[in-house]
Amino acid sequence: MGKVHQRRIVNESKNKLAAKISEAANVLLPENSGYIIAEPGEKTTKISQTQLSNSVDVTSAKKHFDLKLDFGPYDIDYSLNGRQLLIGGRKGHVAAMDWITKHLMCEINVMEEVYDVKWLHNENLFSVAQKKWVYMYDNQGVEVHCLKNLNNVLHQEFLPYHFLLSTASEEGFLSWLDVSMGKLVTQFNAKMGRLSLMTQNSNNALICLGHTKGVVSMWSPNLREPVAKILCHGNMITSLAINSNGMYMATSGMDRSIKVWDIRRLKGPLQDYKVRTSPRSMVFSQTGCLAVAINNVVDVYEECCTKTIQHAYLRHNIARTINNLAFCPFEDVLGAGHDGGFSSLLIPGSGEPNFDALERNPFQTKKQRKEAEVKMLLEKIPAEMITLESTVDEVDINTFQTKLTARNSLQTVKPLKINIKVRNKIKKKTLANPSKIKEKILEEKTKEFVRALNARPKDEIDEGKSTRFGVLDRFKNKRNKKE
Amino acid sequence: MKVKVLSRNPDDYLRETKRDIQKVPRNYDPNLHPFQSSREYVRALNAVKLERVFAKPFIGNLDGHRDGIFCMAKHPKSLSTLASGSYDGEVRLWNLTKKKCISSINGHDRFVRGLSFNPDGTRLFSVGDDSTIKVWNTEELDTPSHTFISQSVLYGISCQWLNDKVFATCGDVVQLWDITRSQPTSTLKWGVDSLHHIAFNQIDTNVLASCASDRSIILYDTREVKPMRKIIMKLKTNQLAWNPMEAYVFTAANEDYNCYSYDTRNLESPINVHKDHVAAVTCIDYAPTGLEFVTGSYDKTIRIFESHQGHSREIYHTKRMQHLTSVIWSLDNKFVLSASDEMNIRIWKANASEKLGTLRPRERTALEYNATLKEKFAAHPQVKRIARHRQVPKHIYHERNQQLESKKKLKRKEENVRKHSKKNSIPYVSEKKKNVVSEVV
Repeated sequence: MGKVHQRRIVNESKNKLAAKISEAANVLLPENSGYIIAEPGEKTTKISQTQLSNSVDVTSAKKHFDLKLDFGPYDIDYSLNGRQLLIGGRKGHVAAMDWITKHLMCEINVMEEVYDVKWLHNENLFSVAQKKWVYMYDNQGVEVHCLKNLNNVLHQEFLPYHFLLSTASEEGFLSWLDVSMGKLVTQFNAKMGRLSLMTQNSNNALICLGHTKGVVSMWSPNLREPVAKILCHGNMITSLAINSNGMYMATSGMDRSIKVWDIRRLKGPLQDYKVRTSPRSMVFSQTGCLAVAINNVVDVYEECCTKTIQHAYLRHNIARTINNLAFCPFEDVLGAGHDGGFSSLLIPGSGEPNFDALERNPFQTKKQRKEAEVKMLLEKIPAEMITLESTVDEVDINTFQTKLTARNSLQTVKPLKINIKVRNKIKKKTLANPSKIKEKILEEKTKEFVRALNARPKDEIDEGKSTRFGVLDRFKNKRNKKE
Repeated sequence: MKVKVLSRNPDDYLRETKRDIQKVPRNYDPNLHPFQSSREYVRALNAVKLERVFAKPFIGNLDGHRDGIFCMAKHPKSLSTLASGSYDGEVRLWNLTKKKCISSINGHDRFVRGLSFNPDGTRLFSVGDDSTIKVWNTEELDTPSHTFISQSVLYGISCQWLNDKVFATCGDVVQLWDITRSQPTSTLKWGVDSLHHIAFNQIDTNVLASCASDRSIILYDTREVKPMRKIIMKLKTNQLAWNPMEAYVFTAANEDYNCYSYDTRNLESPINVHKDHVAAVTCIDYAPTGLEFVTGSYDKTIRIFESHQGHSREIYHTKRMQHLTSVIWSLDNKFVLSASDEMNIRIWKANASEKLGTLRPRERTALEYNATLKEKFAAHPQVKRIARHRQVPKHIYHERNQQLESKKKLKRKEENVRKHSKKNSIPYVSEKKKNVVSEVV
């Protein structure tokens, strides 16, 4: 048996064993996810938050609370481990707190409009998109940075594994900022108009934008045009959400529908729901619950991606217009930022019960946080690796084969035959043999031909032009269409 | 209505006392570990960079010899014992852990040509240019317990494995000796004027091989009265070493800058050619695992080859190290020892970036994890480039480029000759067969 083959067999058996062990380890996971078991004939939709908080233990009941604040509408964000909450009121109120112990870390008034707030890699830093520029504050509320190259930002997303803060601005500029070095990775105009809707695909770190034409586009910092586009609705997209494993995307449009898409296929909606009014905000939880904010009501749907469901799992009326929703990671809690402040709602079964302490740890100590920060920085994935599909650990057979066939086809291509007539009689002096002259000319022509072949652009060799007509072709410029 | 909401008891997740270690609950659900492959790639890249950062192979040197060192022998039982013999006839015993000479004696009048321990390590055999074989007690080198006087010159010695009494010497003939007899028990001869190296096979203990100055390698069997087989190569073989795990494989260090691994079952062509040295390879020794071997060369460098690979995985050099005369791979598979012209024995790590000493369990798992990652991503261009990169002395670098150029020229010329001669009159010869003249049975 060859050594390579032997090694492969060993590896295979090792992998199998590892899979087996990790499966067995699932039995040992300490926590189970939350649930509601309704009485027969009772609908869970009807269950109110007060009912819920009355029937759970004291500590859980405390997780349902309201903050009445006057600087709304509020934008909210939970830290990556779910312990800290950051709220930013449009009128300039920014507050960071440990929402479980209700310990206020800092509270500031930035004295200008706040559009978006976001925690960075841990609870020591957060960034606030203010009226003109993006500012970074530490957990004491001290202004650490003012990023003047990010102006008029409407939305921010933080990619924790890449240490990138990506922002979408009012003028249509998309930018990625490496927060570990403070360097702007790329910034360009998406040429899609005002970018008011943005979310990230946490599975491949692409930024998804929703546009007024009903298109959702996905962007990577390495390409100045969208990596993918889907025409989701006939009119403006009002909200956009992608689930935690990057499989499903939910979009809602002005046509009062919510559609669920399989992102990996980018083809026809899996589900198409009709709702009362078009939602303002949508968000997926870790377990796949979808929370939808319709005016002043939050609807939570369970397993709405794979199955067509009839009723909402839970419903809550906040009485103020909801601006922003966010599920708290590793907790059965949904946060809602609205005109009148912030509400924390209990949604049993929405949080991942068992966290991985080496990844995100809600019970992190200061020392662990420091260590984790170093580890995260060491493992920072370069921005160049953001693609639609990661193939780092796969053998790229397709590219190799196309290369090979292209090369082979080049070898078999024969130059065109050239008819050369050498005039035999050039007066009396015929210096060279006419056949030799012919040979020479032929050789020269062949060389020229080969040179021209090699100089061909690569795409031409790789693939012919596709003549397929897509749905999105109508958005192309007329000039491009002709090409 | 029955409701359950996630509510974690902090006592289950926090350590009880300050003396405990922190609790680290794990969940291997792939959804909680996004970008696994990309992160692994970054980790692999870091690991391979760290490997190069920590690559400090030189450990120390043993100085004391007053002339160049010609040969070394490793003790079969004691990892810390080493014997060396020099140009002025001095034999020394060293303690490697203390880096000190245990004892030394002027054993021979001129060169010490060969050294060998018997299998249980109680006796040290030495041969010199004064045509004597001296047997020393390894406790203390004072007076030889036996002295054999040979009729012919002696250039090398090797003890038979698993047999305390028998040893073989080479010179103008191969002689088999028994320690209880004063005359050789048998003499094996195959029309050669001088044989400069001899080595017993460690598994098939009756087989031995020797290198002759007429460019040949001769195989013998102690049970036969005549030599068995002979390979003739284009240039002289300086030394050879048997693979300690594969009884039928030996590797020959050749004058033509290459090493050749042979399978004794088919000596027509070598099974592998190991290239990289830019001058004659003078010495060779196998790792006890049989997976790697180390070579020393006239180009003042040591290289480590994987036994099934054509190119070296490692090169060691220092500014002051001169032409190598002898190399040894220690029996614990951790160190490489080299002896060179300028009177020094150097100790190197076999794995340049390995951490010596005991490892804590966490440290070990981290290193193992990194090793696996490096293996997994070894083919990625960035990882490969960093792992392969070595800073080499200028003379090696230029010599190598020169040799590549001349090789290219030869190839071009051969191609041109082929073009202008009758079809099939100039055959293509494989690189393996190029340097083998013939096999004689």
